[in-house]
Amino acid sequence: MSAYFIRLISTLGHLVTSRIDRLGLVARFAGLLLVSLRIALGRLSLIFREVYFSGVRSLSIVAVSGLFVGMVLAVQGYEVLQRYGSAESLGVIVALSLVRELGPVVTALLFAGRASSAVTAEIGLMRATEQLAAMDMMAVDPISRVVAPRFLAAVFSMPFLAAIFSTAGVIGAWIIGVKLIGIDDGAFWSQMQANVDVRIDVLNGLVKSIVFGTSVGLISVFEGYFAAPTAEGIATATTRTVVISSLSVLLLDLLLTVMMFRGLS
Amino acid sequence: MTSFHESEMIALKDVCFSYADRPILNGIDLTIKRGEIIAIMGGSGGGKTTLLGLIAGRLKPQSGSVLVNGFEVPKLRQTELYGLRRKIGMLFQFGALFTDLNVFDNVAFPYREQTNLPEEMIRTLVLLKLEAVGLRGAKDLMPAELSGGMARRVALARAVALDPSVMLYDEPFTGLDPISVGIIGRLIKRLNRALGMTSVIVTHDLNETLRLVDRVVVLSQGKIHRDMAPEEIRSTDDPFIRQFADGLPDGPVPFHYPGRDYWSELMGQ
Repeated sequence: MSAYFIRLISTLGHLVTSRIDRLGLVARFAGLLLVSLRIALGRLSLIFREVYFSGVRSLSIVAVSGLFVGMVLAVQGYEVLQRYGSAESLGVIVALSLVRELGPVVTALLFAGRASSAVTAEIGLMRATEQLAAMDMMAVDPISRVVAPRFLAAVFSMPFLAAIFSTAGVIGAWIIGVKLIGIDDGAFWSQMQANVDVRIDVLNGLVKSIVFGTSVGLISVFEGYFAAPTAEGIATATTRTVVISSLSVLLLDLLLTVMMFRGLS
Repeated sequence: MTSFHESEMIALKDVCFSYADRPILNGIDLTIKRGEIIAIMGGSGGGKTTLLGLIAGRLKPQSGSVLVNGFEVPKLRQTELYGLRRKIGMLFQFGALFTDLNVFDNVAFPYREQTNLPEEMIRTLVLLKLEAVGLRGAKDLMPAELSGGMARRVALARAVALDPSVMLYDEPFTGLDPISVGIIGRLIKRLNRALGMTSVIVTHDLNETLRLVDRVVVLSQGKIHRDMAPEEIRSTDDPFIRQFADGLPDGPVPFHYPGRDYWSELMGQ
């Protein structure tokens, strides 16, 4: 019986200390990344290249997803709003949902699945095939040359992608609400213009997407950089990137929403 | 203060290294003179690649000193280490070419990263290096389009791009056909002479290596088992070296991994 408890405590202890070790590693890695950002920012061509691979190539999935989400919101929103005779408010409801919440959150989730997992696999494979070691041996810091541009690409791309998602969503809602259901076009846009605040709604949405971009970017490069140099190791790292990024986006969204909008109610 | 002679390019003094609790190197003393080509040989997992990692500053020993060109490598800060590495080239086991760059850009990488040379001059230098390894005509190919031997030659051209003083080779002949082995071997010898480098080759390929090197260092159980001239290898009756040279499956390096008694394990006792 006592041996069982000792084993249980030992397992729990190992679990806790390994998580703390991992957190320490993340903090140390983030510190190194922060230091190398200055060098990386001096080589914009590398960042643009990664923005193209991570951001531009995610445009189609983000725009199409935004369009469908906006359409669904319009159908669901109209169904509820027309019960209270305020179907004209559909535009503002959809716009606020997208700009404040769904734009940044869904874009970050899509980005984690489409681009961040690819970044993790790419860096992990570079490590497994000793490309990072070769770079290091040529006196080129892999964190400045490989990791930092990919991280910055995530941070820079996310707000633009979120904006495109929200825009596509509003267009989707307009197609359903105005063109198919027949809500008044003027009311749809004027209510949106009157009730969507640049500072409270748009700016907070922008802050959220930058925070999500930082989080998703850091997780993807960290998991790739420390992936075990095996096929299984890279597969595990890629999965971890998607799972941890998604959960961190949802958790951060909760925290940011409480911080940003609690005082408004 | 560790003593260091001008004629020495690399000096390891009483170096000990272990991964967690597993000792890899135990009290290694090794001096390599400028211009020498030496081979490090020994069984798999014997610490050969670890030794290269220590010389290159990619690993830090638990104790002892590692001097390269007079610099105490484990004590260097990153900027100083990178300064030293500009004078060290390394050929990795499978080339480690950047898969998103073509042959030309792979060889141009060190020039673009480490120098301010104009692109026209970089082009000339890259073509010179590619000509030296016989692959000028392959400059537009991607790494995925190269054979193993070609990839190793491109990696060699990249490794010597900045004319290093020290060249480290991690199993340069592994997985190559005999023609490619011969080509790489000749290139190593020719480049070493032409650039006045000091070369350290970690390898299992005895035949090719003995044609190239000035000395052979044999590692066993974390220590230097023998440090000898290549011609001595063929004639020695040292059982470990004989097993290694003749490819015998059993001997001082046992065929069986240590385990429980065979009969008792079969019987489930």
